[in-house]
Amino acid sequence: MINLELPEKLTQTQKMAQQLASGVFRPIARKYDAIEHCDTPEELKPVAQMMAAMPRAGGKKDGGSDGIKNGSNMMGIMGVEAMCWGDVGLMLSIPGASGLGNAAIMAVGTPEQKEKYGKLYCAMAITEPGAGSDSAAVATTAVADGDEWVLNGEKIYCTAGQRCDAIVVWATLDKTLGKAAIKSFIVPRDNPGVQLVRVEDKMGLRVSDTAALAFNNCRIPKDHILGSAEVGDTEEARKKAFGGVMQTFDNTRPQVAAMALGVARAALEITREVFEKEGLEADFSKLPYNSTARELELYRLEAALEAARLMTLKAAWMADNGQPNSREASMCKAKAGRMGNDVTLKCVALCGELGYSERTLLEKLARDSKIIDIFEGTQQIQQLIVARHLLGLSSKELK
Amino acid sequence: MSTPLFDLTLTEEQRMTREGMRKMVRDSLFPQSRAADDAAKANGELLNSIAGFGLALMPMPEALGGVGMPRSPLSNALAVEDLAEGDISHTLAALQPMAAVNALVDFGSDEQQERWLPAMATETFTGAAIALTEPRATFEPSSPATTAQSANGQVVLNGVKSLVPLAEQCEWFVMVAAEKGEVSAFIVPKDAAGLTIQAEAYMGLRSAEPATLTLESVTVPEADRLAHFDLDRLLGLSRIGQCALAVGCCQAVMEYAIPYVNERKAFGEPIAWRQSVAFMVANMAIEIEGMRLMMLRAASRAEQGLDFHKEAYLAQLLCMEKAMEIGTNGIQLFGGAGFVRDYPLEMWYRNLRSIAVLHGSLMV
Repeated sequence: MINLELPEKLTQTQKMAQQLASGVFRPIARKYDAIEHCDTPEELKPVAQMMAAMPRAGGKKDGGSDGIKNGSNMMGIMGVEAMCWGDVGLMLSIPGASGLGNAAIMAVGTPEQKEKYGKLYCAMAITEPGAGSDSAAVATTAVADGDEWVLNGEKIYCTAGQRCDAIVVWATLDKTLGKAAIKSFIVPRDNPGVQLVRVEDKMGLRVSDTAALAFNNCRIPKDHILGSAEVGDTEEARKKAFGGVMQTFDNTRPQVAAMALGVARAALEITREVFEKEGLEADFSKLPYNSTARELELYRLEAALEAARLMTLKAAWMADNGQPNSREASMCKAKAGRMGNDVTLKCVALCGELGYSERTLLEKLARDSKIIDIFEGTQQIQQLIVARHLLGLSSKELK
Repeated sequence: MSTPLFDLTLTEEQRMTREGMRKMVRDSLFPQSRAADDAAKANGELLNSIAGFGLALMPMPEALGGVGMPRSPLSNALAVEDLAEGDISHTLAALQPMAAVNALVDFGSDEQQERWLPAMATETFTGAAIALTEPRATFEPSSPATTAQSANGQVVLNGVKSLVPLAEQCEWFVMVAAEKGEVSAFIVPKDAAGLTIQAEAYMGLRSAEPATLTLESVTVPEADRLAHFDLDRLLGLSRIGQCALAVGCCQAVMEYAIPYVNERKAFGEPIAWRQSVAFMVANMAIEIEGMRLMMLRAASRAEQGLDFHKEAYLAQLLCMEKAMEIGTNGIQLFGGAGFVRDYPLEMWYRNLRSIAVLHGSLMV
């Protein structure tokens, strides 16, 4: 039965995350934006402990009478959205199992790998100076040598690359075999041969450490590969292997979309507060074109947020119910990414000096929002994925 | 379970209705929409086919000849979406009686329902419509220029209403008018003295035969003032209807464009292989998804008896803007072929502009 309202267990999750966001994140958002480079903020350590103590969302037992589930993917959306309402950078800096690498380990890791690394803080290193959106162009190499893999190469823009416990590194077993030879490896952060090259200075998300890492003859045990070490010998098998790696994104893209939802909601709430202080109502009482320009703009932004929110929930709902959601995951990421950016920028403009100055959080939200339309697949990559699905085209046809 | 889960699964009944409607859309509604648009004349068979789905009969009390089901804005919205994939004009025109019946069921007293509904209990098209829109740029539903003056148990109505589909075929209208700032609705029979109906030509919706109603001292008894009229509910439910029209038609635009851009070659390869073309299609899908989910959320809230004013308002705003974007990009993807009338794209473009202009007419 069609119902787009959220059940209590999801609104409870949201409430808890919202309390954390307003009680812990908001009060220190400005402070760490100014500090930028530091170790894990002290204030986040109890948060990490609390989250580690939380039971992992199961989902099976609370299905509806017709087997419909609102499970861990939707739960994740609620948590991420509310925390990012507080501060995206701080959310990404919580040490622990919410790291981007953790998602990959939980998706394709062996029971031993999950046991050993699942609860640590795991970063994900894909991007290289010569391989951004084109992740198949990864040039970092992994060579088998006795009981070990030897990694060599350079990774950039690695979220939590400085503060993490371990890194999931994408590397190729044989560059001539293309995508199929790209595998991911778990590398402990303190492993010999892992070098922190620099931590980036950024426009936003400043408290989150974005690192450049070098791997120089970095040796890790053979069992630290994620998934199989085999490279398919047919075109079909190779395609499938890389597809498997990319499938992790079907679950993570809605979560990243949820970041944009939180940021946009924060900006709209602040804008409404500013408006109300100045006596503006925006109460949906007049037709759009009979409203003031200010009201109409606010309505447009609220509509865009709501559309993105429902799309994100749908993609997560499909994942929770075992429906293939690759297209929906990319659609929600595309919509939410651009929406978050557009909403925060317009809110700055709508509030004039109050928006542009550091008197409110609006200018910071506008700085933070931009990256959400870039990481975990840019706007353009999402559109490519959606278009290929719709048009039935391969990556060779629609480049 | 204390609260229902988030769910996008259709009920078995909704799925079956959807199948039937889609078949009718494929077999007759879409194929015959162009000829009707050219003729600016509704196709009576199509009107009867749509009436045959019985949407107007559903909420009518059994004693008055209806099915006596609970009101279901959600099922109505799904139906509007499915039918609009075939043609907005006929969907809008053929479902006016459903909207008028819904208004009577929601806002009318038992006596009013007994008086006006039995004539509507037919399985073929019987006309009735809601008349809210007025021909002014600054028209605002909460302050219509159409006036009502009551005295001695009679109400005298004066004003102009427009964009009323198939007005000539209507038995009665739900006429919205204001008296000293208070907005009310009255049942006005088509043959009331002082009521004139004038066909009006529009950019689109041509086969819906929209007309202007002029009221010059039209007098109705006080008993025909709808007992529980709620303008916000009328507007909200109509917004959901407008959104459903937009979603259905936009889906048609996208589905029509996909095979074309894959087949049409330029510079030696299908134009779909170019990002500038492919991304337009991707954005259609992305925006339609958002439009549909917002429409469904507002409809499901209405269905559950929750407040849905804001949700319907925002859904309609999004739909009126994105639907036109999709309509114009549909033509753009076809180039010159989109502009000529061999293809349906220019008709869809003209029809989609109406989503921003219709008010209070398709109450689901």
